Amino acid sequence: MRDVSIIGIGQTPVGEHWDKSLRHLAYDALAAAMRDANIERADALYVGNMLSGEVSGQAHLGALIADFAGLRGIEAVKVEAACASAAAAFRQAYIGVASGLQDIVIAVGVEKMTDDIGSKVTAGLASAADAEYEVIHGVSFVALNALIMQRYMYENKLKREDFAGFAINAHANGARNPNAMFQSEISREAFVRSSLIADPIALLDASGMADGAAAVVLCPTEQAREFSSNAIRIKGSAVATDSLSVHDRRDPLWLQAAEDSSQRAYRQAKVGPADLDFFELHDAFTIMAALSLEAAGFAERGKGTWLARDGEITLEGKIPICTQGGLKARGHPVGATGLYQIVEAVQQLRGEAGPNQIANARLGMTQNIGGSGATIITHIFEKVNQ
Amino acid sequence: MPLIKPAVETGIVGYGSYIPKYRLPATEVARVWTGSNGELPIKEKAVAGPDEDTLTIALEATRNALARARINPQEIGAVWVGSESHPYAVKPTSTILAEAIGATPYTQAADWQFACKAGTETMQAAIGFVGSGMAHYALGVGADTAQGRPGDALEYTAASGGAAYLIGPAAESLAVFEGSSSYVTDTPDFWRRPTTHYPSHGQRFTGEPAYFHHVISAGQEFMSALGRTAKDFDYVVLHQPNKKFPERAAAMLGFEKAQWVAGLLVPIVGNTYAGASILGLTAVLDIAKPGDKILCISFGSGAGSDAFALRITDQITGKQSLAPTTQAYINRRVEIDYATYTRYRNKLQMR
Amino acid sequence: MTTEIAQHWRLKSQRYQLVGEVCPQCNGKIFPPRDVCPYCAEGPAQPPFQFSGRGQVYSHTTVHKPPEGYEEVAPYTVALIKLEEGPLITAQLTDVANDEVEIGMPVEMVTRKLRTQGEEGLIIYGYKFRPQLATA
Repeated sequence: MRDVSIIGIGQTPVGEHWDKSLRHLAYDALAAAMRDANIERADALYVGNMLSGEVSGQAHLGALIADFAGLRGIEAVKVEAACASAAAAFRQAYIGVASGLQDIVIAVGVEKMTDDIGSKVTAGLASAADAEYEVIHGVSFVALNALIMQRYMYENKLKREDFAGFAINAHANGARNPNAMFQSEISREAFVRSSLIADPIALLDASGMADGAAAVVLCPTEQAREFSSNAIRIKGSAVATDSLSVHDRRDPLWLQAAEDSSQRAYRQAKVGPADLDFFELHDAFTIMAALSLEAAGFAERGKGTWLARDGEITLEGKIPICTQGGLKARGHPVGATGLYQIVEAVQQLRGEAGPNQIANARLGMTQNIGGSGATIITHIFEKVNQ
Repeated sequence: MPLIKPAVETGIVGYGSYIPKYRLPATEVARVWTGSNGELPIKEKAVAGPDEDTLTIALEATRNALARARINPQEIGAVWVGSESHPYAVKPTSTILAEAIGATPYTQAADWQFACKAGTETMQAAIGFVGSGMAHYALGVGADTAQGRPGDALEYTAASGGAAYLIGPAAESLAVFEGSSSYVTDTPDFWRRPTTHYPSHGQRFTGEPAYFHHVISAGQEFMSALGRTAKDFDYVVLHQPNKKFPERAAAMLGFEKAQWVAGLLVPIVGNTYAGASILGLTAVLDIAKPGDKILCISFGSGAGSDAFALRITDQITGKQSLAPTTQAYINRRVEIDYATYTRYRNKLQMR
Repeated sequence: MTTEIAQHWRLKSQRYQLVGEVCPQCNGKIFPPRDVCPYCAEGPAQPPFQFSGRGQVYSHTTVHKPPEGYEEVAPYTVALIKLEEGPLITAQLTDVANDEVEIGMPVEMVTRKLRTQGEEGLIIYGYKFRPQLATA
């Protein structure tokens, strides 16, 4: 198994790209990553996306985007794992290079959520849940997360405001990220007053739907210097699954797949939570942020919100999260999010995070969640001293 | 013939009812349509919720009947649902019901319609099916989510509810059929063409030539053939489209208030159409004692009446409490206003 | 729109009767049925098991923005119900005001319309839960 590094990154701003279709958006990010990596060809392309079939009537993205990007003929496939599709595409790229079968590999995550009206997109998102035993009962995706949050608040005697820190931190950082969908801060009062979508989840607990694409280029670490003076090493990569439906979880208030994939990634990287300088977690909803921190080993079960309450999740805190806005403020173009997280981690480690830069960032973790926790993909990245 | 009986005696092995929890006060209908002017035919009516329909009503009533009967549903040889508001015009309510209670696949199943007597028809046929030896048990259900044309007199009373009867051998029954009767004529008092949403009625023609002619004729001839008069019965239950008609008909047949009051639910439930007389019958069965004799006469527009004479057996003791009583459903009520009622009953044009 | 016919038809006994499975090895009650026991990982297909339909509310939320096809009953409450035999299931609550729902509330299964496929399509019936009814 070879050591793998990232030699190029690219992203589009997250927003409503009415004038760009899937192929255009993907190309924008992909081309930027290729330029950043100083490459003109690749051995393989992995496209992460969730909704193209249902929302845009377009499957078969591997071939489509490879051709559109001037890479006709190469090995290219679409990879899907609901909202973890992009990290899943990255994982396939990683395996391709680590195995020795491929050298230069591109992973791009792309999502177009504005290609149809809200109700159609919502129906598409619902396909991440169990069609026969969850969706049929009218549980929207928000409702599933609300069921978890409601029970979590009941068992841990919490109020909605205990989650405010997650949204406030995300928006504060997002306001300083030119690619973020939401560029303004929010106040604690705004969070508390926010209107309910499915109680207890309110508007400001939830991430925004939009379009976006992000891409990275991977190559064997031993070749990285040819392409980049800024290569970032992949130290840990793990995927774990759990029951699709919330009702089948051993413990509905524990992200088992997050614990499993984090532990495997830590073991591979030979590090622990205390070694990490930041954590790009999957804050689709504030409850997911709390649960992710617990499962990844940063807080005891039931105490994830304390880290937000005590300010430990800010750029200055013990474990900064959502350093460029997270899903909450940067936005959540579902099938592309996982690669936005990875691109942002690379920016931090390269020292290119701008106003959101964490001092001396050397080791960072990303974690992308599919569905309500059924697929969780964790990666650990390290700055390479060259 | 005014009195019919199969070769083998049959009876009711289990009975059950269901009434939705929402109530529309008659004062609300008057408020919207008459400026709260005029006499109200009843106090309030039961309204099906937005996730209910004739099948869901029939199913809960049937489950209650089976809870009282305690038999293996695989031994049910017929599942029949009578209604004028079947959820599908083509695709039987009865097969869904049969599947849901575990009576499939070896069972007869069909939907029946005859306005408000569709339920008693299924019972009449069930008596024949069981009495002929073609089935050990047969299930007859009457249920409706009746719709009244907004602003029409019938809107005060058109209600939702139903009752289910598992008919079987007399030896297993909590009430035995001493005989039954069916009396029909071609009388167009109330009808609906296939593409119209609301039924039409003949106003005062629905009285004498329709309801009263059939209920009284059927009742008098049937009692005469049985060799009985009103005082030989402990209870009488009549079809109840409103309060006045059944009270007057009962008096005309020689019955006193004490005999009909327990089975008259229309003032607080409304007219549940195919479920009407037989829902009244469940309320009587809930309080009846061994040896009691009951006369039940339905009426369906179009027009006709079915009549049944029942004798309560010892087996009723202990069975009444095996499922919610009709009074329990009556007590479970939430008042709604006219606007909520129009939403629940799909009277708003959404496209 | 007439779609998904077979998808719903296959699930009749689960939707109408709450029929799941019981594992012959560990006696675990399984709903929905899944062939390989989630408790002890023995397989294959387990014998059918009829759940009583009684349970308690484990968690709940009121959906104000319903997905397409569920507008008829909105706003409605969905819940995770802990069945008395053990498994957790997802279902709508009915016959109860949204603000009256509490964690721990005893509930029982009823069969109601889950959704209708427009004016022309099928009516999908299935389980919902309501507060346990008094019998008298």
